[in-house]
Amino acid sequence: MDQPVKITIDNLTKVFYKKNNSVTAIQNITLNVEEGEFVCIVGPSGCGKTTLLRILAGLEQPSSGTFSIESDTDFRPLQSMVFQEKGVIPWMTVEENVAFGLKMRHLPKEYVRKQTNYYLKKVGLTKFSKLYPKELSGGMKQRISIARAFANDPEILLMDEPFAALDEQNKFILQEELLSIWSETKKTVIFITHSIDEALLLSDRIVLMSAHPGEIVEEIKVPLPRPRTMEQVRANLEMAEQFIAIWNHLQQEVQKSRK
Amino acid sequence: MHEEKEGELYNPYETEQQEWKKRQIKERGKQLLTIISPIFILLLWEICSRTGVLDIRFFPPPSAIVSTFFELMTSGLLWTHISVSLYRIAAGFLLGVIPGIIIGLLMGLYAPIRHFISPIVMAFMPIPTLALLPIIIILFGIGDFSKVVTIAGSVFFPVVINTVAGVLNIEKVHLDVAKNYGASPTDFFLKIAFPGALPVMLEGIQMGQAIALLTIVAAEMMGATSGIGYLIWTSYKAFMLKEMFVGLILISFFGFMFSLLLRGLQRKIVPWR
Repeated sequence: MDQPVKITIDNLTKVFYKKNNSVTAIQNITLNVEEGEFVCIVGPSGCGKTTLLRILAGLEQPSSGTFSIESDTDFRPLQSMVFQEKGVIPWMTVEENVAFGLKMRHLPKEYVRKQTNYYLKKVGLTKFSKLYPKELSGGMKQRISIARAFANDPEILLMDEPFAALDEQNKFILQEELLSIWSETKKTVIFITHSIDEALLLSDRIVLMSAHPGEIVEEIKVPLPRPRTMEQVRANLEMAEQFIAIWNHLQQEVQKSRK
Repeated sequence: MHEEKEGELYNPYETEQQEWKKRQIKERGKQLLTIISPIFILLLWEICSRTGVLDIRFFPPPSAIVSTFFELMTSGLLWTHISVSLYRIAAGFLLGVIPGIIIGLLMGLYAPIRHFISPIVMAFMPIPTLALLPIIIILFGIGDFSKVVTIAGSVFFPVVINTVAGVLNIEKVHLDVAKNYGASPTDFFLKIAFPGALPVMLEGIQMGQAIALLTIVAAEMMGATSGIGYLIWTSYKAFMLKEMFVGLILISFFGFMFSLLLRGLQRKIVPWR
């Protein structure tokens, strides 16, 4: 691909230090992500993939190394994160949750309203805009989280296993909805998951990580044409082989980390 | 569709309907018990005093207490006591709750403030404010203000402690959301910290309200010339027990009303719970 580089991650290392022992969560992570690319980071739990994302999200400081996100405008925030289901704020209505990022940036009311309504409609929550999250199902809550991030119109989107807590059917539906919103905006996305299926469906490129220390061990391109559906991914033989290759790798990693 | 026949034994819908009806009746029974219990106690009291099981000098029948209540009301004396006490409770409550919330929020949000103030709160909390009443009277005299200060002092602690707990109990992911979406300190305070701490804070206020009532009566017994506590104490000393019981029942009534009021308020301001 010949897109310009959007995210440059250079030699990031994060060590968590406690009395008498330290854990290297990620080690020497170097990665470039192109403009408009959808990258999934897959690895066994405890491999530091969430730590990497939290550093990019500004929620954690790296111990060493740097990263940068390209931006040619002051208007957009650099990044917004799609949190897991619990990231929806219970004391705000659906609408207020979706508008949260825009309101925090104190943008003109008219723009906030338009942007919020647009994404509420996109995720099918217009009817529920005045309700509180407690009245909604897990899938609906996750839609709020997605709408909130897209409405903020950031340079890049970071997603931390957003569908991990959903049941399988809801997960499929939300994955396809995410793809449809994404294809419209062509945002650069880094998406964390432990689901191989999910990574194959969503991403242009899969980055495999190992655990203890968390390092990048392999990068796999996913050449399947878009728009994609779960059925296509399941029916594609090449994808089935990829699945097994990734599984073999992860299996080794999981076994290794159990010793 | 299922067929409904006369005398069919195993109709699942009917069986469930019967079950549901039984549950409804049980629920209603429980509600009834809640209403019956105070009436039962009053009735028992009435009968026992009238038949001489209870000494009428110490336990006048409720009917006599009610008529005393109306006598006192028409003389206007009772109304003075009630309004004075209510004023003291309201003023003391506000004077305790507002600083309690502000200091609690500051302690919850800023660790250095928390670590500095915590030991002071811990040191003062175990001292009953009533034990400080002599000092308070020396400082503020025996007028209304010393009672207000006493109530404020005892309301303050549960509110402070619950507000701190409320802030510390906010889910970490909500703090992350605020940070990730670039909330300014003011926005963070107003949109995340305050509403997030509100439910636990309100529990503290609920506790404070109960303590305020306990305190006012005792404070008015010790150093006052008016108020419901004063009424109870002087009536006792003059052996006017009917008047004393009027005071006691008033306290019970106001306690009940206040907690209903606060619970209603709670439903209004935390509709998301």
